[in-house]
Amino acid sequence: MQLTLEFGGGLELLCQSVKIHNVNVDLPKGAEKLTMKDLLSWVSTNLIKERPEMFMKGESVRPGVLVLVNDCDWELSGQLDTTLEEKDVVVFISTLHGG
Amino acid sequence: MESNGDDVARILRDIEALKDTKARIEHRISVLEAQLQETVSLAPRKQQNDGVCNVSCPPISAADANLANGLSSDSVYRYSRHLLLPSFGVQAQSNLLKSSILVVGAGGLGSPALLYLAACGVGRLGIVDHDVVELNNMHRQVIHTEAYIGQPKVKSAAAACRSINSTIQIVEHREALRTSNALEILSQYDIVIDATDNAPSRYMISDCCVVLGKPLVSGAALGLEGQLTVYNYKGGPCYRCLFPTPPPTTACQRCSDSGVLGVVPGIIGCLQALEAIKIAAAVGEPLSGRMLLFDALSARIRIVKIRGRSLQCEVCGDNTTFNQEHFRDFNYEKFTQSPLSTSPPKLNLIAAESRITSKEYKERIVNGEAHVLVDVRPEHHYEIVSIPKSLNIPLASLEARLPEISSALKEKQPHEGVESGANLYVICRRGNDSQRAVQYLHKMGFNIAKDIVGGLESWAHDVDPNFPMY
Repeated sequence: MQLTLEFGGGLELLCQSVKIHNVNVDLPKGAEKLTMKDLLSWVSTNLIKERPEMFMKGESVRPGVLVLVNDCDWELSGQLDTTLEEKDVVVFISTLHGG
Repeated sequence: MESNGDDVARILRDIEALKDTKARIEHRISVLEAQLQETVSLAPRKQQNDGVCNVSCPPISAADANLANGLSSDSVYRYSRHLLLPSFGVQAQSNLLKSSILVVGAGGLGSPALLYLAACGVGRLGIVDHDVVELNNMHRQVIHTEAYIGQPKVKSAAAACRSINSTIQIVEHREALRTSNALEILSQYDIVIDATDNAPSRYMISDCCVVLGKPLVSGAALGLEGQLTVYNYKGGPCYRCLFPTPPPTTACQRCSDSGVLGVVPGIIGCLQALEAIKIAAAVGEPLSGRMLLFDALSARIRIVKIRGRSLQCEVCGDNTTFNQEHFRDFNYEKFTQSPLSTSPPKLNLIAAESRITSKEYKERIVNGEAHVLVDVRPEHHYEIVSIPKSLNIPLASLEARLPEISSALKEKQPHEGVESGANLYVICRRGNDSQRAVQYLHKMGFNIAKDIVGGLESWAHDVDPNFPMY
């Protein structure tokens, strides 16, 4: 499945400072759909090169990270259970505190 | 027909009489308001520090209103370009003139926000900050001028606002915002702007706005990115609905560590002013339930839909018991594990015998001691300034580059084959990362590794005053 993943607010530093990743993610064996839970585990294995604790906590993202699926907070689409579709854009953004 | 003419004359007379009464009432109001202002400004002065207002301010006066629309002729002229906007006009401008806005933080975000809010005619504009103006603020905190370096930011910002608009009320709160004073300060304003730079302040301000029922315009900027949203507006989410659990402290970067392109907080601060103006003037759609994400490098602005108010929110949820008393007792520094001020942490990770001061290190150089100095700052820091002959191995790549340290030590050994030869010192910017590095080096068998206490900051302070600091 073709997806566009974007990292911002400093999270790009965890994947070699590249903000936009056009990726191809295979459905898990035997599954008929790809969920955000699957994608998170794919991202941790394939994209996060350092300090995984800065991205994940347990099976979800760490506190302070907003996840947006097609410009919409994943809280509104079912969080980890959100079903992804071809060409979806998923943004991971760390909240900023500076000023 | 004739009776009609009588009616007109009677109505005109009535209007004249009412106008006369209105003028007399308005005059009485302005006299009383002047009296009130005098009483308020005289009475509590005894308990004030620095003459800075920290008592309830009187309501904003519309006493100079001498036109039917409530605007004085000077105001009409000053704000004429606002009045000419069909979607803004007299009503929105007079709403603005009657409103009060508090800006917490007169830094990178607060600077442009304050300039625009003062200019646009917000009736009462409050500024909270405890900091002083520094040279390294100037590139982004555009409200301050060089003449104010070393002086309180609030004083500098208030002077700038007054010089732009002498007709509005500017209130100086020259103190750090704490749970002990936040309720009192915030309660004096209609709208709050969060222009601070740290996580505990953001939670504290949001919670305080919730218990007081104030809308909060929240902005943040770091590096080349900015974020903006409006919290606690007409049933919308609060900061805690979005971020119920504070992030790990390692995820909270500071501008003083990570850097920030000056214009980025400038843009976000301007947008904060805009959102506050929209709320105060009651025009347009405030950015509530949505968040603006700004990426300067790629020139992209994305506006995303965020969750609504969380029914389970600890502070604004349906079953919450959080109130003013809880707020006063809440420990935001403990909650977020980080200090309310932005001063960098001072770690103490290793034993005293593994540390030397910058002065001691200088003596060792003078005595010609054979040694290797490893500078563990990131490369782009090293490029700014470094101690001559130091070896730059950033902390992140220390593990992979240990062999370089071994060979550097061998080179420095006074006599071939002598084991206890060259010493190993580690330095960084402030003396925190160097301790982490020494801890790691000890673990990897480099037991001679010693940390230089206070890093380059102490070198610049105690040894070489000409060493540039950043």
